[in-house]
Amino acid sequence: MVGPLEGKGPLKDYFDYVIKDDTLKESSFEKSERKLLLDIITGAIQKSGLNISDIQFFFGGDLLNQIVSSSFTARELSLPFIGLYSACATMTESLALASIFVDNNLAENVVAGTCTHFSSAERQYRFPLELGNQRPPTAQWTITGGGASIISKRKSNIRINSVTFGKVVDFGISDINNMGAAMAPSACDSILTHIKNRNLKSEDYDMILTGDLGKLGSEILIDLMEHNGVVLGKNYSDCGCMIFDKTERVFMGGSGAGCSASVLNSYLLKKLKNGEFKRVLLVSTGALMSTTTSQQGDTIPGIAHAVELEYVPNFKKQNVDSVVFGVKNENVKNTKIKKNFKKSEKIAQKLKNNGKNSAILEKNLKNSNVSSKNSNTSSPSSKQKKTNLTMQTLDSANKSKRREK
Amino acid sequence: MDKEERNSNYNLYVESKIPKTRAWPSLFKAFLLGGFICALGQGFYDLYSYLFPNLAESELSTCMLMTIIFITCFLTGLGVYDVIGAWGGAGSVIPITGFSNSISSPAIEFKKEGIIYGICVKMFTIAGPVIVCGVVGSILCGIVGLFM
Repeated sequence: MVGPLEGKGPLKDYFDYVIKDDTLKESSFEKSERKLLLDIITGAIQKSGLNISDIQFFFGGDLLNQIVSSSFTARELSLPFIGLYSACATMTESLALASIFVDNNLAENVVAGTCTHFSSAERQYRFPLELGNQRPPTAQWTITGGGASIISKRKSNIRINSVTFGKVVDFGISDINNMGAAMAPSACDSILTHIKNRNLKSEDYDMILTGDLGKLGSEILIDLMEHNGVVLGKNYSDCGCMIFDKTERVFMGGSGAGCSASVLNSYLLKKLKNGEFKRVLLVSTGALMSTTTSQQGDTIPGIAHAVELEYVPNFKKQNVDSVVFGVKNENVKNTKIKKNFKKSEKIAQKLKNNGKNSAILEKNLKNSNVSSKNSNTSSPSSKQKKTNLTMQTLDSANKSKRREK
Repeated sequence: MDKEERNSNYNLYVESKIPKTRAWPSLFKAFLLGGFICALGQGFYDLYSYLFPNLAESELSTCMLMTIIFITCFLTGLGVYDVIGAWGGAGSVIPITGFSNSISSPAIEFKKEGIIYGICVKMFTIAGPVIVCGVVGSILCGIVGLFM
């Protein structure tokens, strides 16, 4: 799901839903961001054909202070919530952790998602919206939008093959308007570590996609990689560069946690689903500063988490992969999704009402066992399933090796 | 290579990569917009001196400034002024319109946090330094003036 400006960009045909009014009829932009994330999470769950009660955990985070958007969304969902923050790398962080949870039978179905809102980010990090100031040419544009993935034990033709958690890298950039340059070294480090551990070359990937380095950051990354003996060719791109048209006044391109989240869950997953891409490396990048540290003259540390996604051509029912995406409906049309959103809104409303009225909540708990089921039954059910599942040990071994390293 | 050397090399490299803002177009736009705003101010001044011939010069300029400030606040509220400012740069900042916009825009933005903690507290987040400069400057001038 993305905002109106992003919905006009080159990826407009891939997005599931483009919102027309970026306030989402809420009284503040923080509330709009919350609603956007709730719509994204419930929409993703609906699209996968699951119910909220089938989900055991919600991994998520956002850019606002104290990750309020995610935690307030989790309040509405009443799911066990694992709040994460890696700035704009939150999507791959939550995806990686969620896949480890599912891989180790800690959960059956997990939702991982994040989103950002241009106006709320602008309010927190920069100036009021109506201030008539000029941006430097290196500035980026926080996108309005986000995405969520369901990581599930159910079969699918996309799976998470391996993940690399990045180190925090700081090359001494302190310009808050040049995040691409601050994050490029961390992206370089994570990509190098990942392909080295996987014994692969950069050409082996159909696409290597960084989160939000922007135009300048991507150029710097290409140079840095070349310096380290790895050539990034035509298979390299950046979500921030892809999401906006060159004609739009967005300077170096899009940024924000929602940037890689929306590109992953629209463009990338659809291409993987078609089999157009066989192996993809998504490296979301984050700048781990706050307005206070920047004002105090500190440099900007960068982080990048890499997630390798793979197309599974002939998956069999018995041979359940270690980690798979549970996106069920193929070629879901917009109308259907809109319908789903209406449904999901109803569910959200219901859950909201539950939260407001404890008497109703208790009654509903008896009937549907929504929240208690989620928090208590995750371990026994996974134990039961453990015997049924034949895990792909290779992947698990690879992962544990990487974790040890 | 130690860390500091690496960082300074990287900073130099990044510096060389940053696209430079072309000065002449920006200057020209700023000149056009700034000139237009000043001409508009002068227009109002002349209009008021024609309409109210009894007003003193200082009163005329106060009326003119009030009009310009009102127009800026109005355009800020309509969401037009940020577009003008992004186009004209310093041309919109240097005249009193920039000051007016820098007070009205946070007032609009932080209205959601309430009248006291939102509007009153946050209103001068951008214009604050200008006011402090003005106050400190006037104190210094006053002290100097006392001994002259």
